[in-house]
Amino acid sequence: MKPVTVVSGKVAALDRANVDTDQIIPKQFLKRVERSGFGEFLFWDWFRQPGFPLNRIEFHGAPILAAGRNFGSGSSREHAPWALQDYGYEAIVAPSFSDIFYSNCTKIGLLPVELPEADVRELIDRAPEPATIDLAAQTVTLPSGRASHFEIDAEIKERLLNGWDEIALTENRVAEIERYETTRERVGPDTLTL
Amino acid sequence: MAARSMFEKVWDDHVVGDGLLFIDLHLVHEVTSPQAFDGLRLAGRRVRRPDRTLATADHNVPTGRNQPDQLSQAQLDALSRNCEEFGVPLYGLGHRRQGIVHVIGPELGVTQPGMTIVCGDSHTSTHGAFGALAFGIGTSEVEHVLATQTLPQSRPQTMLISYQGSLGVGCTAKDLILGTIAQIGTDGASGHAVEYHGEAIAALSMEGRMTVANMSIEAGARAGMIAPDDTTFAYMEGRPGVPADFAAAVDRWRGLASDEGATFDATVVVDVPALAPQVSWGTNPGQVAPITGAVPEPADESDERALTYMDLRPGMPMSEIAVDRVFLGSCTNARIEDLRAAAEIVRGRRVASTVRAMVVPGSVMVKAQAEREGLDEVFKAAGFDWRGAGCSMCLGMNPDILAPGERCASTSNRNFEGRQGRGGRTHLLSPAMAAAAAVTGRLTDVRELV
Repeated sequence: MKPVTVVSGKVAALDRANVDTDQIIPKQFLKRVERSGFGEFLFWDWFRQPGFPLNRIEFHGAPILAAGRNFGSGSSREHAPWALQDYGYEAIVAPSFSDIFYSNCTKIGLLPVELPEADVRELIDRAPEPATIDLAAQTVTLPSGRASHFEIDAEIKERLLNGWDEIALTENRVAEIERYETTRERVGPDTLTL
Repeated sequence: MAARSMFEKVWDDHVVGDGLLFIDLHLVHEVTSPQAFDGLRLAGRRVRRPDRTLATADHNVPTGRNQPDQLSQAQLDALSRNCEEFGVPLYGLGHRRQGIVHVIGPELGVTQPGMTIVCGDSHTSTHGAFGALAFGIGTSEVEHVLATQTLPQSRPQTMLISYQGSLGVGCTAKDLILGTIAQIGTDGASGHAVEYHGEAIAALSMEGRMTVANMSIEAGARAGMIAPDDTTFAYMEGRPGVPADFAAAVDRWRGLASDEGATFDATVVVDVPALAPQVSWGTNPGQVAPITGAVPEPADESDERALTYMDLRPGMPMSEIAVDRVFLGSCTNARIEDLRAAAEIVRGRRVASTVRAMVVPGSVMVKAQAEREGLDEVFKAAGFDWRGAGCSMCLGMNPDILAPGERCASTSNRNFEGRQGRGGRTHLLSPAMAAAAAVTGRLTDVRELV
């Protein structure tokens, strides 16, 4: 994962609440076994509907997507963040996200930013005017020049800033895992002997 | 020790160290795992605990006589190859234990109270019906669990959903949970591990409890749990995966229920007797109305979009909505009791001439059980298509999809735009209500048919 520090540039606006992962990447594209190349399938059906906001030419190439609350609800498919990132977004700003989607974004370095509704409203209303997201400072500088603070889990922040491989981090704790397995692990179903 | 909730007990029991949770069971399927196995290969990692990992093929398998298309076959082949290479047990297409991952875990007895269970699928919350802490994860996390059998997790908040009173005639677990999501919204439980509690929950069978826990994610919950009790233990006893000393396990499991005086970060009360059979009218699972009601006036832009997509007018009685298709299946409602409830309504009746209806059992074992009971004959005699096991039209990855504009009464869990096929329109409801819609050709209050 590449380190995430500052995301700065145009804002694309999708003024809809409850954007679900079925819209972000419809199921017919989940048959692929690769991890890359999902960008061309992003919002497949919506992009083919007249008036879909992200079709507006001034939103093309924007690194920041601003959207309504509960973004990424539904399926746990990581293909959704893959598609958003592959399309070119580096950060998604919304009043709230679904839990699994938020977590999936943080695993691949697509920065999810929760801002108060009014600040997201400013981004959406003034899009494509640019904004700057500073992860270290936990701020979004809005088009008006005002900086809005956002919360992010300290460990997730550290991992994103450094681009660390989470599996490698956990492997460093193998002694703890082994201790759990030998002293506290409950006898469970052995799937090899069912 | 301070009073603890069921969630807190299971959580505490699995904390390996700061922010790291041990995973007791990892369920794997073909769609969200190939990239994870590739990641392991690239990094030269192995599967740490194949004995706590179980794979099946469900999302992308054909349920009719047709063969998988080339891409689907490649994905199924990748799962077989990966399981072989990494030593993971697999119940693939054609195996007697194949089926929807959230159906086979419980029916094999590998889903047990007090466990942590994950799968690369959001409906993993289903397993919470047994008092397990179960949640869906993304592919990066699948890779992480394969490699380490652990997952970094921040502790969610807790929510108690308290059901007051009991269900009326013709109302089911599906109506309970649809009514709950309608009440709190699709993000009403975001960031929370939910415990479902009350006499209406205690009175449910395990199949019913699984339906409730399954749809926790549709309210945004991280997980949904129900305390294990005699109903749980009776369901589990004798299944292949349960502990050899079952009685001792039951003694331990009885201690999992939330302590008297346990506190929750949020509490919701649901008035159960007020619930009529529920049907969704919109494009998210919170847009739900009683069958006795009407399509509501739009409250916001989201509702307006949904009404346009669904081609419905506010004020139209729900029971006047005609359907083209009926789908009885999915990890929400394709277990034996679901099929029995639908067959009860269908028996001696015919599918309306304007409707195409299909039954997709949740697993090969459910299908076999239904055939032993003669349910397949009931469905076939009525004009239903009787299929093989899989996720099928719940998400429409295989050829079982709606045509644009087709309207479907579906026992599945999501009515998102295009979920069951591009331009398709989905109405979520219970198996009995789906059966009623099949025979009348429109959304119908099942209580008129019993």
